[in-house]
Amino acid sequence: MPSFIDRLIGKQPKSADLAKDRLKLVLVNDRTDLTQINLEHLKDDIIRVISKHVEIDPAAVCISVAQDGREQRLVANIPLKPVTRKKRNRARA
Amino acid sequence: MSGKVITITSGKGGVGKTTVTANLAVSLALSGDRVVCIDGDIGLRNLDVVLGLENRIVYDLVDVVEGRCRLRQAMIRDKRLPELHLIPAAQTRDKSSVSPSDMVRLCDELKPETDWILIDSPAGIERGFRNAIAAAEEILVVTNPEVSAVRDADRVIGLVESEEKGPAKLIINRVNPVLTRRGDMLNAEDVLELLAVELIGIIPEDDHVVASTNRGLPISLDGKCKAGQAFTNIARRLRGDEVPFLNLDEKPGLLGKISRLIRVGGQ
Repeated sequence: MPSFIDRLIGKQPKSADLAKDRLKLVLVNDRTDLTQINLEHLKDDIIRVISKHVEIDPAAVCISVAQDGREQRLVANIPLKPVTRKKRNRARA
Repeated sequence: MSGKVITITSGKGGVGKTTVTANLAVSLALSGDRVVCIDGDIGLRNLDVVLGLENRIVYDLVDVVEGRCRLRQAMIRDKRLPELHLIPAAQTRDKSSVSPSDMVRLCDELKPETDWILIDSPAGIERGFRNAIAAAEEILVVTNPEVSAVRDADRVIGLVESEEKGPAKLIINRVNPVLTRRGDMLNAEDVLELLAVELIGIIPEDDHVVASTNRGLPISLDGKCKAGQAFTNIARRLRGDEVPFLNLDEKPGLLGKISRLIRVGGQ
């Protein structure tokens, strides 16, 4: 990613950096058979299932593939909505 | 000692597999090891011309497999390096003339009387590739620092792993330090980070390679230029030596700058 200053002065990103970023995505797809579009569908399904049990903000959910050497890991970051005080008190009583 | 079988492969064509095979064979033979290289690219043979042995072919790999000659008869001995032999590919047949088990049998027969068996794989991931890796004990994947070659290398590294022949080791060929410095070519660290495998060699782009291939004299025969040194270093690493990687990124000194100026002026 170009830095803020680079963008401010309209500096073109280096082509090698673009190549690296593009390859990162392509290799994840090739290794896992999981395209960016598949990943979006997966995210929608996960949001639906989790929402049945706990309140979440769909817009804040982040699903990505992390690399550990040549192994890939699906990483889901799902912030939970805070329970309101009223609800909590009721639960305690 | 029983010979070790090493396969050089890449997925993508044109990245320098044959050049790497020829030069590693020469480097290993120069240090006195007995080397047999096998051209696995049936139908599109080239290891013979790169080694400068094309005029001496009588029998080939398929002749051996189909029993028309003995293994010894198909081995061309390099007159410059008596310890170097080539088993050429057949030119008028296709990949299906040889099977993976044929390759295993052939290498088992060669092993007792040699130190290294280098197999030059064809491009692709089909039958020719399967044949080439069948007998391999170690696999070297050659790539160039550009998107399509890196992507294909990743695919091949994955296939090698799934065949339980891994982990493959990586050779990054044709690195251009000027483009790298300018940010217009992936550098070795980028490629390594993307592919996450062990590196065994970095070879700079070098005009001498083209000229030496024209002559049929692999560049490792004269180890003075950078590419020749890089090949010699890989051969040493294969033999178990610890050799630091060449620093291709060094800024040219005053002499280098002057000679560059003269070269530019002369062109």
